[in-house]
Amino acid sequence: MRTVYLAIKYTALLLWSSFVVFPFLWAFSTSFKTANAVTSGPKWIPWLQFEPSLQGWRSLFGGVGGTDISGPYLNSVIVTFSASLISLTLGTLAAYGLSRFQFRAGPIRNADITFFFISQRIMPPIVLAIPFFLMLRQLGLLDSLAGLVLVYIALLMPIAVWVMVDFFNNIPRELDEMAWLDGCSPVTTFFRVILPNSLPGLVVAGMFCVIFGWNDFFFAFTLTFTQTQLLPVAIVSLNSSVTPWWSLSASALISIAPLVLLAFVVERFLSRGGLAGAIR
Amino acid sequence: MTKGAMLELSKLSRHRDGVVHLDGLTHHFERGKLYTLLGPTGAGKTTLLRSICGLEQVDSGVITLQGQDLGKTPPWKRPIAMVYQQFINYPHLTALENVAFPLIRSGTPKAQARARAQELLQKVQLGHLTDRRPGALSGGQQQRVAIARALAKNAPVLLLDEPFVNLDYKLREELRVELVELLAGNDQMTVIYATTEPREALQLGDQVLVMDKGRLLQVSAPEALFEAPCSVDVAQVTSDPPINILPFTQRDGVACFPDLGDVAVPEWGAGLADGSYFLGLRAGGLYPAAEGYSAIVRLAEVNGSETLTFLDLGATELTMHEREVRDHAIGDKLTVAIRTEDALLFNAQGQLVDTRAKEG
Repeated sequence: MRTVYLAIKYTALLLWSSFVVFPFLWAFSTSFKTANAVTSGPKWIPWLQFEPSLQGWRSLFGGVGGTDISGPYLNSVIVTFSASLISLTLGTLAAYGLSRFQFRAGPIRNADITFFFISQRIMPPIVLAIPFFLMLRQLGLLDSLAGLVLVYIALLMPIAVWVMVDFFNNIPRELDEMAWLDGCSPVTTFFRVILPNSLPGLVVAGMFCVIFGWNDFFFAFTLTFTQTQLLPVAIVSLNSSVTPWWSLSASALISIAPLVLLAFVVERFLSRGGLAGAIR
Repeated sequence: MTKGAMLELSKLSRHRDGVVHLDGLTHHFERGKLYTLLGPTGAGKTTLLRSICGLEQVDSGVITLQGQDLGKTPPWKRPIAMVYQQFINYPHLTALENVAFPLIRSGTPKAQARARAQELLQKVQLGHLTDRRPGALSGGQQQRVAIARALAKNAPVLLLDEPFVNLDYKLREELRVELVELLAGNDQMTVIYATTEPREALQLGDQVLVMDKGRLLQVSAPEALFEAPCSVDVAQVTSDPPINILPFTQRDGVACFPDLGDVAVPEWGAGLADGSYFLGLRAGGLYPAAEGYSAIVRLAEVNGSETLTFLDLGATELTMHEREVRDHAIGDKLTVAIRTEDALLFNAQGQLVDTRAKEG
């Protein structure tokens, strides 16, 4: 019985993981193929039997028959990481306030403010695109990195607020009170006691910000023309009348590379129970 | 300011959503004494302690510390330390850093703060675990760290809110003894210890404050409180095992207990005027005897070397406490007698009738 169960379990796991991993392997092998190898197919062993070539990779960095994506790549890194950092900072401060203090403005309460932040993500992006476009044009920030950073902060901060409010709500209030009684003002309490215990939350929020920022195509596409190009837009524009599968595969792989790296770095923070021992 | 008073509470009141937390509570606490605050859950003990250290706002009333009104002082500026019922420490700091934290916040040089923290941890028997984080400590150890941290603040007022209630029985006893040792020789600090356990309150306190529904019902030294609880409520709150309260009517020198039948009132009641009364009969005042009232055992608990038996006497239920291990089975028929000599007498309003005055 146990053997059967194990067999079923591992078969299911194997099937699912190959389903997930396979596209990446396929892209990996395709990225080293030439045009001929892609279209003609293998003679005997699929995906493995071909003449390896760096043509696809070279074309991404100004090689023959391609576009240089190193510029857009750098732009994406700058925009994503600076927007994420600013969103995380502002979002964390906002979230702590929303979690710990009662705000009142007419009929507006904490829950309404939290909802206001999150509602920014409920609207379909297309609704936001036109106002963003007009605002950036007014500011003269269309087609610029600064403009994109601003827009991304508006998009990413709700995520940070949402994750961090929940995280702070799970930190016992008694910890704040204890810090007060030990002589910390609310500001000192935040920096000396709450923030050092918030690493897991910050990591999750930061991850979400980076992933959403990095993967955005829509705003990167609608708010830029020629001067400033982000990676997703650059990758899509690789496509021409003949789909260059080799360079598309290579670009897909390097575009996920930072996220994969980040996931490895971050994973060890997530498994740790950060608040163990705070309260029992 | 009352002479020698450290902390004065004057007419503290607090209501929230129709629930009374504090109801005009007034008391002054003296320097160097340990007060126990005894009351059932929901009596307002925690609210009172939280109000004193500023974590809770009172609706009205004044809290004065060493002659200074604390009304406008935020918690982080009040020289008051507190230990919670839950074990709260800073999870990102080691035991030593935890204890040194309030010292460093108040501007003590780091090396000096660490030395003092080491000394305090030694005192709470954790000298060997100073580098552990709270997560790697047991519950009792965590609470020891919290106590050391509260002491580190060196505040004139130390509040303890049922600090050992989340520990198992044996550890609770142990820590209680340690706390008494820690506070021995203290003549500067005012300590207020909240608890729901009468034994703990009577055992620890120089003074016991009995509290219920946001008011102080009685403030006495432990012995006086035990011997003369001023009302039925106080008697109930301060008795463990629970006290039996029997209503009776006095007529022509004979007490008529509706549940027990007529009983000749013992000598202390001889001069009792006719009327309704309550007899407060301690569980120890009941004992099995050859003659008496027949009862059925509802439940019997052996606790250490003592037996607590809940008896059904037809119309009423009584608790019997014996200082020996007895094997009463549920449903057993027992004959019990009542020793009324040390029973307490309350009038129809539930106030203690001072009978000893008559004796003398």
